[in-house]
Amino acid sequence: MEVFNKTIDDLHTLLVEKEISCTELTRGYLKHIRQSEEKVRAFLTVTEDMALAVAAKVDKKIANQESIGILEGLPTALKDNMCTEGIKTTCGSRILRNFVPPYNATVTEKLQEAGAVLLGKLNMDEFAMGSSTENSGFFPTANPWDVERVPGGSSGGSAASVAAGEVPFSLGSDTGGSIRQPAAFCGVVGLKPTYGAVSRYGLVAFASSLDQIGPITKTVRDNALVLNAIAGHDPKDTTSVPFHKPDYTQFLENDVQGLKIGIPKEFFGRGLQPEVEKVVRQAIVTLADLGAEIEECSLPHMEYAMPTYYIIAPAECSSNLARYDGVRYGYRAEAEDMIDMFKNTRAEGFGQEVKRRIMLGTYALSSGYYDAYYLKAQKVRTLIKQDFDQVFGKYDVLVSPTAPTPAYKIGEISDPLAIYMGDVYTIPVNLAGLPAISLPAGFVGGLPVGMQLIGKHFGEGILYRTAYAFEQNTGYHREVPAWIKEVG
Amino acid sequence: MTYADKYEMVCGVETHVEMATKTKIFCGCSTEFGGEQNTHVCPVCLGLPGVLPVLNREVVNLAIKAGLALNCEIADFSKFDRKNYYYPDLPKNYQTSQYDLPICKNGWLEISVDESKKRIGITRAHMEEDAGKLVHSGETITTSHSSGVDYNRTGVPLLEIVSEPDMRSIEEVLAYLEELVQIMEYAGISDCKMEQGSVRFDVNVSLRLKGRSKFGTRTETKNLNSFNSVRRCLEYELERQADILDEGGTIAQETRTWDEGKGMTLSLRSKEEAHDYRYFPEPDLVPLVIDRDWVEGIRAAMPELPSAKRLRLQSLGLSEYDAKVITSSKTMADYFDKALEKYHDAKTLANWVMGDLSGLLKANSCSFEDSPVTPVQLAGLLSLIQKGEISGKIGKTVIEEIYKTGKDSEIIVKEKGLIQISDEGALEKIMEEIISANPKSVADYQAGKENAIGFLVGQMMKATKGQANPGLVNKMLKERLSQ
Ligand SMILES: [Zn+2]
Repeated sequence: MEVFNKTIDDLHTLLVEKEISCTELTRGYLKHIRQSEEKVRAFLTVTEDMALAVAAKVDKKIANQESIGILEGLPTALKDNMCTEGIKTTCGSRILRNFVPPYNATVTEKLQEAGAVLLGKLNMDEFAMGSSTENSGFFPTANPWDVERVPGGSSGGSAASVAAGEVPFSLGSDTGGSIRQPAAFCGVVGLKPTYGAVSRYGLVAFASSLDQIGPITKTVRDNALVLNAIAGHDPKDTTSVPFHKPDYTQFLENDVQGLKIGIPKEFFGRGLQPEVEKVVRQAIVTLADLGAEIEECSLPHMEYAMPTYYIIAPAECSSNLARYDGVRYGYRAEAEDMIDMFKNTRAEGFGQEVKRRIMLGTYALSSGYYDAYYLKAQKVRTLIKQDFDQVFGKYDVLVSPTAPTPAYKIGEISDPLAIYMGDVYTIPVNLAGLPAISLPAGFVGGLPVGMQLIGKHFGEGILYRTAYAFEQNTGYHREVPAWIKEVG
Repeated sequence: MTYADKYEMVCGVETHVEMATKTKIFCGCSTEFGGEQNTHVCPVCLGLPGVLPVLNREVVNLAIKAGLALNCEIADFSKFDRKNYYYPDLPKNYQTSQYDLPICKNGWLEISVDESKKRIGITRAHMEEDAGKLVHSGETITTSHSSGVDYNRTGVPLLEIVSEPDMRSIEEVLAYLEELVQIMEYAGISDCKMEQGSVRFDVNVSLRLKGRSKFGTRTETKNLNSFNSVRRCLEYELERQADILDEGGTIAQETRTWDEGKGMTLSLRSKEEAHDYRYFPEPDLVPLVIDRDWVEGIRAAMPELPSAKRLRLQSLGLSEYDAKVITSSKTMADYFDKALEKYHDAKTLANWVMGDLSGLLKANSCSFEDSPVTPVQLAGLLSLIQKGEISGKIGKTVIEEIYKTGKDSEIIVKEKGLIQISDEGALEKIMEEIISANPKSVADYQAGKENAIGFLVGQMMKATKGQANPGLVNKMLKERLSQ
């Protein structure tokens, strides 16, 4: 049976109707992973034995005529910065190459409770710092649409694994675009929820005030189903918000009639590739044709989002990553004394981009520079939030490109600033703590282009509604890279 | 000549107090002292990748309580910050602390030195987490082949209380520390077990020429863990600074450490080498908003503080000195109050608590908390003396018996036949024998030597093994000899 193109509903029906056992399904996906991984390399760890053990339990339940949940028995995989008890969690870093957490992240627990079958852990830019997965401490992941190209990042493994049909859904994390940009590059649906909607407990921190976990799926409905399973207040994360969690599938109406959509002009400026702009503009026309009211709007402080982000995120990272010192866990370098052990461990354990950001952040927090950098950045962050508050007084959703270009070639861009610019449309959303979704909006030269929808705080519902209507009336989600069909 | 002839000292103290919560500040691990190494730990206090802190509400309760006890303002809005520095006892290589918005500020406490009272300002008090403990294979970290870390103490809640530089003598510093520690103990903020390191002091001190108003350059000596160390450290440090100044030198602003064995302070790092802690707001914790009801609820439940207790005891007839001695230890004061419920002569009770009982406990290295003589038993004993059923002297024997056996005084008195003889008929016969055996004393007394009667009373007591009622014996003898 072909597994690569199935939705969550498809798979659930197959199991419930007993057309396939969970064990068969799991084996089918594991086989597909083995074949597909020769090209994609999305996985850092495949947990075959554990997966089959869980599958056997689900089969027992089905055999006993017990009802199963919508995600129960369905394969999944997690970005390797989410802690999994007894399973290596490397964060894509050499410094944690052998780290096996003794505890589960809340999302891991929630997916376990939902009965999902974990097939493994996914590649990423080291500590989620990067936009191409080339910064993985182990190997780069390929974009299933063109294996010479990057899948985006930092959740490159999460997006590529779904695009290649290796899992029907995965989780990624998004600090400045790390779910949405790879979703766009890989032609899948990726949601960054409102900050505080999903627990960060057990997500290895990059920048605590920006990080958020979200689902990556083939369809909008799948995305809502996964968010149903992972969202909610967690007493272990005091930054998670006690909010009334709706059933997100209730928003999946094929109707955007009268919806007010703002098009922030700052998201269509310099640096946006004309072909990408064309695709997104066409997508906006589609939404207008479906009855949405479209209007240009402005977020005047957006030009400061990038520098603001590159103060705040590195500042938090410089502190969050201080614990990797070789004392308690992870890689430890040999040295004559304690200080040298610290230094050597970090020098040998971290990659270049991580070191760059630790240095940036350390500098920005240093005595004498704090006011000029960190404090100033926090003030600008407030202005950016206020910009969004203002436009959301008028609009239900904002639409923009997810990234200024489609996927580029592995090794093509080496200037870090040029790579940073790839997140220019996604970063402001993290600074404001808002939800945003990227969904396939078309193709440029055979490469997927993503459209970003931005919502109000806890406005995931309206994002799903808009995305669903667009998806149902376009059908880009049904496209699959040609080679995958051959692999089966 | 000492420094004090020429200079005036200026001193401020930072005090770290381990708060008496059952669980740690950001996780559910036990705060219990001791325990096998690295057994009171979990992913959160070990700072494993991905963990998040959850603030223990009880820590905030205690911090508010401490603030109120120290007459501080309690902040409506306060937050945590990260203090970044690398050390193996700090699992995250940052300490979650409070920087610019502490929970308490602008308070004071009152000390009394040589009968005069003085207020010492409290700049601020803030919450933070304690670090772990290095366990060296050798003497020190530099001479050890290897070191281990015990993280049991990591995440134990600390209150750091910063005083104003208001102290001008070592006596004032010690009075401040004693009062502060007592307040922490009385308010239930900390058990203040100094020997377990649950209170630590950093002492900032400088000298200035007498009469000058400008402060001199100060040094900070870190991690002193007893009053005695503070005293010795200050004595040393002040002489050291005075010597430098006398020779025309300047004091280096630096952090120093106290070597208990050598009895001297040593330079740890200079101002130039001082850490840049790169404080910034802790993004893993939401800001702490404290409403007035929360504060007032804690204020309403505030236990009696040492200063109030001292005044109450004085109002019951104790001298200022006795009141101070009784309240100097919370366990003694608690004991006293419990006994006072059953026995109302505060002065007599205080004498027994400070005298015989303290002596017994000290001789057996026992605390008032664990005293085998319960407050009720002591009250019972004193009541027997008050009623005249036994003499005070017999009482001293009885209290030792209670200590040894745990039996109530009534039972001991009965079993040992210690009941006071107040029967004149029974005493008369003995009196006649004593009179005829001691004609010289009798003659002396009758010749006007009043104190000769003391000897005769003593003989009576001896003959009755102390059981005779001494007041009655005295009276009977006087009557008999004046016939
Ligand atoms: Zn713990």
